[in-house]
Amino acid sequence: MFSKEMLNLFLEGTFETFYMVLVSTFAAYVIGLPLGVVLVVSEKDGIRPMPAVNRILGIVINLLRSAPFLILLVALTPVTRAIVGTSLGSTATIVPLVIGSAPFIARMVESSIKEVDAGVIEAAQSMGASPMQIVLRVMLPEAKPSLMVGAAIAVTTILGYSAMAGFVGGGGLGTIAVNYGVYRYQTDVMLFTLALLVLIVQAFQEVGMRIANRIDKRKK
Amino acid sequence: MEQKEIIRIEGLTKRFSGKNGEVLALEDISLSVNEGEIFGIIGLSGAGKSTLVRCINLLERPTAGRVTVNGQELSSLSDKALRLARRGIGMIFQQFNLLMQSTALENICFPLMLAGVGRKDAEKRALELLEIVGLSDKKNAYPAQLSGGQKQRIAIARALANEPKVLLCDEATSALDPTTTRSILSLLKEINERLGITIIVITHEMRVVEEICSRVAILDASHVVELGKVQEIFRKPKTAAARRLLFPGKESGEAVGVGERMIRIVFDGMTPFEPVIANMVLACGAPVNIMFANTRAIEGKTIGQMIVQLPESKEAVSRIEAYLNTQNISFEEVTEDVL
Repeated sequence: MFSKEMLNLFLEGTFETFYMVLVSTFAAYVIGLPLGVVLVVSEKDGIRPMPAVNRILGIVINLLRSAPFLILLVALTPVTRAIVGTSLGSTATIVPLVIGSAPFIARMVESSIKEVDAGVIEAAQSMGASPMQIVLRVMLPEAKPSLMVGAAIAVTTILGYSAMAGFVGGGGLGTIAVNYGVYRYQTDVMLFTLALLVLIVQAFQEVGMRIANRIDKRKK
Repeated sequence: MEQKEIIRIEGLTKRFSGKNGEVLALEDISLSVNEGEIFGIIGLSGAGKSTLVRCINLLERPTAGRVTVNGQELSSLSDKALRLARRGIGMIFQQFNLLMQSTALENICFPLMLAGVGRKDAEKRALELLEIVGLSDKKNAYPAQLSGGQKQRIAIARALANEPKVLLCDEATSALDPTTTRSILSLLKEINERLGITIIVITHEMRVVEEICSRVAILDASHVVELGKVQEIFRKPKTAAARRLLFPGKESGEAVGVGERMIRIVFDGMTPFEPVIANMVLACGAPVNIMFANTRAIEGKTIGQMIVQLPESKEAVSRIEAYLNTQNISFEEVTEDVL
């Protein structure tokens, strides 16, 4: 159906997409996970109340989250150029992907940790656990299955964002879909890329949910 | 023997400020608990007992007053010193509050790890504790695989890990069925006797207090309304709150003999039960109407009580009173609202 060059292009695009998505997800968690923890811990009734920190962090996260990703992508071009040296290609796309998804991840982490039974946290406090010990030994381990589900959602969302970056030369499958499908009217190429994206989303989602189920010890 | 005091609460007041203004949870509570005793705090829900127990390890900070445990005034401690002090105060909960993603063994190791004990030593100690609570075979089970009673046993083992001097039990048996409740209570009693740990039991169930406590404080509407030996409070409840707890559910709902005089007669184990009333009726030549009777075992002694309606004639009443006095049987006049 497709020429050998075309197939190579798809292969390369898929590889670039994986590269972008996985590196971005990892980096976004490096930023988003601690922020999510801080959001929970610093609440008024949290284990280390810091109302000012909580409010400011909340506002910044909401601001970043309210900007549509496509606009953020363009607006961040100077920042991307300053960090990577160019605003084109998959490595460059990682910068807006991380900045765009870290606030979203922070909120996901926040909601996962809030699911942890307050009684267990109280029990840890009654044993003399410090706030840091509660975060590392109670909140995160107890929230693990929920965090895993969140990670599956985060990966698939970032995958969607990365495809959007195709419009501004972001590399990966998104760029192929835009360059061939949109600009050259090669509908078959566009549909095939779409199918690949759907498959990848399915795979990530499925694997994530399976892991979450397997590690959850609340089920008998 | 001189009793050494291990917990002292002085003038404790706790107010919560909520959306609908301030709520007074506890007001001017003062009590002390002796080393090695099992002390009950009983009250209906909303009386403030859970807040009170949380003020003992400062999970709740008192609005006013002082809490001294083990000779340390807790409210004066820094955060760090308070965390250290809490290791000497174990606590168990109604909902067990175990780490759901950790095994029984890991749960018991948890407080030891917090205290900086190495993994090997922690596991060794945890295995000993599993032995004490009788669940050695469940060390690798997750809480979801255990029954309520087993979960509470793990929670007890966890609370004992750092060798506390005091164990706080917040409605620890309220989520359990009667048989399991009994086995948990006897475990607590055994721990109290074997390890000499002072136990504070918070409950709304009189049978829990009867079964294991030596002294009890009755909490009602933010205040301690009665405090003393369980036997004495049971024999002569002075307040309506105490009577409500002693006779829950109003065993006799119908208002039989409303407006007529009734007395409560207490049999404290030395007096045989049946003949007393029969003899009294024979000796006084006047009938009485038995309204309520029951017996309870408190600390191994059988205590019975009976509420009888007195005859209308004044002379008959005075004969009965005189008879009871000569027989050294304690009684008090009661109103129908105790039923």
